[in-house]
Formats: sequence, structure tokens, C-alpha cells
Amino acid sequence: MRCTRIIAVAAALLPCAAADARGFDFRPEITLEARLFPDDPALPGQHDTLQGGIVIGGDGRWRSSDRNSRVLLEPYLRLDSEDPERTYFDFRELSFAREFDNWDLLLGVSQVFWGVAESRNVVDVINQFDTIEDVDEGEKLGQPMVRLSRRDDWGTMEFFYLPYFRERLFAGADGRLRFGAVVDTNAARYERSGEEWAGDVALRYSNRFGGIDLGLHAFYGTSRNPLLETDTEADTAGTRLIPLYQRLRQTGLDLQYTTGPWLWKAEAVVARINGDTFLSGVGGLEYTFFDMAGKGIDIGIIGEYLYDNRDPLRTPINIFDNEVFVGTRVTLNDAQDTELLAGAIVDDATGAVQGSIEFQRRLGDRMLLELEARSFSSSGDVLLQPFDRDDHVTLRLVAYF
Amino acid sequence: MYALRGAVILTVLLSSLATHAQSDQERGFAIAERSDLTDQGFGSSTVELTMTLSDPSGRTTTRELRIDTLEKEGEGNGDKSLTIFYSPPDVDGTALLSHARILDSDNQWLYLPALRRVKRISSSNKSGPFVGSEFAFEDLTSGELGKYEYTYLETRTVDGMEMDVLECVPRYERSGYSRLNCYYDTEVYQTRKIEFFDRGGQLLKTLKLEDYREYPGGFWRPHLQTMTNHLTGKVTTIAAGEYEFDVDLDNRDFEPSALDRL
Repeated sequence: MRCTRIIAVAAALLPCAAADARGFDFRPEITLEARLFPDDPALPGQHDTLQGGIVIGGDGRWRSSDRNSRVLLEPYLRLDSEDPERTYFDFRELSFAREFDNWDLLLGVSQVFWGVAESRNVVDVINQFDTIEDVDEGEKLGQPMVRLSRRDDWGTMEFFYLPYFRERLFAGADGRLRFGAVVDTNAARYERSGEEWAGDVALRYSNRFGGIDLGLHAFYGTSRNPLLETDTEADTAGTRLIPLYQRLRQTGLDLQYTTGPWLWKAEAVVARINGDTFLSGVGGLEYTFFDMAGKGIDIGIIGEYLYDNRDPLRTPINIFDNEVFVGTRVTLNDAQDTELLAGAIVDDATGAVQGSIEFQRRLGDRMLLELEARSFSSSGDVLLQPFDRDDHVTLRLVAYF
Repeated sequence: MYALRGAVILTVLLSSLATHAQSDQERGFAIAERSDLTDQGFGSSTVELTMTLSDPSGRTTTRELRIDTLEKEGEGNGDKSLTIFYSPPDVDGTALLSHARILDSDNQWLYLPALRRVKRISSSNKSGPFVGSEFAFEDLTSGELGKYEYTYLETRTVDGMEMDVLECVPRYERSGYSRLNCYYDTEVYQTRKIEFFDRGGQLLKTLKLEDYREYPGGFWRPHLQTMTNHLTGKVTTIAAGEYEFDVDLDNRDFEPSALDRL
């Protein structure tokens, strides 16, 4: 209902800019994906080695010739061969924005990134992560929003109103990369009475001072990261997990200091959920060896420490309490834009390790090859244990039209 | 007594040598400054470019991009530039914001459209290739007068045009070059050719700047740049469309927070 109203407002604003339109440009893209799990599944009902996927999407853009108005459109349809929960449609982006002097107003579904770290961004709270697409928090669902920002000599201030909450997607009974019990997303509960319509607000300030880039934010609303409760009154299908979306108050900062080949990074939030106040942070550095041996190859070394002091018994799906991340990024700087990112997150206490390698290279002019490998070794860590047999390799071929 | 006179003569000789050397440097600087002045007051500009990368086996890759430029203000600063890529399609929307500095490191931010992420990046990468091309980062961001020490070498006719040839030695850190030979025409004072010598003193690359056109206000822009790498045989050309000057751009459009609304 409210979504319709937002679109109506956007449509009403459109004609004032449409007079000198340059035309709408839409570039479709199709992704073929194969996810391979070498180990036999741990749980009954889970699919075997191959999970096939097709993503049909694209990127649409329109801009007025005075550059002051813009429309962005990114539909996203994923079809999965094994898990019906992994077949879904989303608007990654469906937004209209207009600049008025120092002001910029965006209406519609959009995405926002906050943060500086490489392993995990504790300050990044606006969008729901699309963890069914990929378990790392790299993909997001589109978030309906009103974003008003002002850029000035004193920095940039952004105000967000998020009228509708996007629930997290979870693998179904057939899917890999899930917990022992299946998450029943239809039974999701909310702490706030308005449920998915309760609405969130956020404020962010950002500026730069010489080598320093600084962001400060405050958020009040519903946490994107649900607590999964075991349902004891399960009637037919045995135990299930029910997501509980809690009220979240959060303030935080992200900071990067750039000097020569060094990047120093820190993100921290103080958050309050259900009466608990806790600190969550990530900090570290990145050093890059540029143009190795005159071959144009850059090799970056990344080291980060992740911290979270909330009560583990009341922790949502968050296993980053005391972890070390080490990684490397290799950029060939060639005509095919070849890139490799490899890293591992190690838990100080349990020794649990999550490893990943991501590789990408363009083939020809209109195709992109992506290769990802992820491994999980829980060493008895309860939260990671369900994934122990879910090491996998993903092969993705993207065609642009 | 004789010894003292000898010392005086030696001093006079040395100082006249120094004066001579300085005059070549002064002359070199004056030529570079004269060229730099022809560009003063352009304000802002925008241009769409096609960059073609080709290797000796004939394989080519094409990148389309747009560069917005805002003229420098104040000492120690260079121009601000915003480079947006349109193709190949997998990098569509990627943008690089650069605040050039004369001798300090530039400030640079990268916008990654898939993540909506603005990332401050290290700018100590001077000698590395820019997006796989034969242009190094420093070739694109070091068109500032103060970045080199100049020495006048000669004036001669090259490609049917009279040119002043200068030796330009980078003053900034981490350059991949020991020196450049810079060719300026003597009529409208534009850079027509640059030869790049690697740190070992060997000729590495040659850049030719052609098809100069004059825009209102007396600003000259090349519409074809060809960079040839003599070691690998690879060639990168940049073909420019029409430049637009006095575009409605100000400092706020060159802030990192403007990158997610391109």
C-alpha cells in the first residue's frame, strides 16, 4: 500500500525533469550458475552435489540532460534447480532521485553501503543481506526508502526513512548451508508492533580531512539480523526455527586513514537490543605492493580483527565475536580486469575457520567469469558446525546484452 | 697570491657554468609554463572518450568513459577529475575520483557500483597501468606544471612542425620514469609528443597527441592520443569526442559522497 504511494509520488516528480530526457537505457544480463558441494549432505532432505541457478536481471538507467534527475532500475529474478526458497524475485534498485542545489532526494527501492573494512561491515545496517544468494554479506536485498541528503562545506548529512522491512531469506529443507532445523520464514515475529511496516530512521554524517575519511551514524528501527528461536510447539514437521526481528538502537562510526600504500581501518557500533547494550567492531589494515616487478600486478595484504561482546546465548546468526581475518587481493590490471581475493576468518577461541577464494576475469567483451570457493571447518564451534559438510565451489558466467 | 687569483678565476668559471645550466632550466620552465598558461581559466570540462587497448597479436579491448574535470584552485593543488566507465559492461558505472596534488600524494576514491561502495584507495600507485592500458596512473594525473624539473634541450622540426624539446624529470615520489622528453609546438604551445624513459634510462613508451582543436576561450584539446609501449609492442589509443566547457559542476560534485549518485 505504502509502496504504491511512494511510486505515485515518484511518478508525480518525474515530468518536471522529463522535458529534456536522454532516453532510458536498459542492459539485460543473464547469469548461469553452478554450485558444487563435494561432500554428502549432513541433513536428510538436502540436495546432492550440484545446485544449478539462473539469474535474469539487468541495469536500467535514465538521466536528465542537466544531470539533476535520475532513475535507476535493477530487477533480479533468481531460479534455483534444487531449493524453492532460492527461487525469488527482487528489485535490487527501483529509484528516482533529484538534486536541488545542495540537496538530493531519493525515493524508491535502493541500496546503501556504509563501512571501510573488508571482512565484515558492522556499521552497514540499512539493507537486508541476501544471504541465500551468498553466505558472505556481499549481496543485498533492495530497501524501500526516502533518502534526503545535503552536501556542504562541512560534510555530507543524510537522513533515511525506511518504511518497509525486508525479511531475511533462508535456505529451505532441500537446501545446503542451513541449520539443523529449517527456518520458517512465514512465522517470522517482530518485537515492534508495526511489524514490517513499523518503519526505521537513520542519520549519517560523512566527511574527509586530509588522509582521513570519517562516517558517523545513528539508527533506530528493526535489526536486519534476526534471532532464530527454536519452536517448541511444532505440530507436524518436527522442530523449526522462527526468526525474531528485534528492536535496534545503534550509533557508530567508520574511519579510514590512508597514507602511502597503507590503509588503516576501523568500524565500531554501540547497539542496544532487548535491554542488552553491546559493542561490535572491526579494525585492521591493508597494505598494497603496487606494480610488482614492473608487471603491473598489485598485491594487497589485509589483516583485520573482529570483536563483538554480546551475550552468545542471545546472539542472532553472528559468529564474529573474537575473530581474526587475513586475506590477500591480487589485481592483474590487465585488459580482462582479472582479480583474485582470498581470505580466512579464524575464531580465536574455538579455532573454527571459514576460508574463501574469489576469482573473476572478463571473457571477450560481454562475458564475465566468476569462480568462488568456500570452506567451513568448525572444530566443534556450535554455530559453524551445521556448515561443516557444505564446502562448495560456485562457477558463474554472466552474459551482458 | 697566484693561488688566490686562480681560485677567483675558478669561481668565475664555475658560476658562469652554473648560469648557463640555469638558463637551460629557466628556458625549459618558461616553455612548460607558457604551455600551462594556455589552459588557465578553463573552469570545468566534460568529455566522452573511447580507449582502445591492442596487443601485437591484434586483440583489442574497448573501454568507453567520461571524464569531468574541475580546474585547480590554490597552491599545491592540481585539478579534480571524475572518470566514469560505461563499458565493458561488467565495469559499467565504476568511477574514479581524483584530487590531484602537486608533490603530495593525490587523493583518490573508487566507486564500485555493484556494492554501492565508495572506497578511498591508495594513490601511491604511480607506475602501474591504468585499467590494463599502456597509460600509467602518473601519465593521467601528472599534467601539472610543478610535478617536473625542466631542462631545455633543443628546438627542431618534428613531423613538419617546429617543436621545443624539454627534458622533464619527475619531482614526485615513486615515479616509474627516470625522465621524459616533452615536445611542445612553438605556435600554440601544446604538448605534441612525450617519450618516457624507464628507471634504467631506456626508452619505454612514446605518447603522441594529435588532432588538436581550439575551443572558445582559446583552449586546445587533443582528440587522439596514442601510447606505444616499445618493450611489449602494445598500443593504447584514446579518442575524444567534443569537449564541453563551463559545465555546471562545482566542488561538491567532486566529493566522494557524490559518487553514489552518478
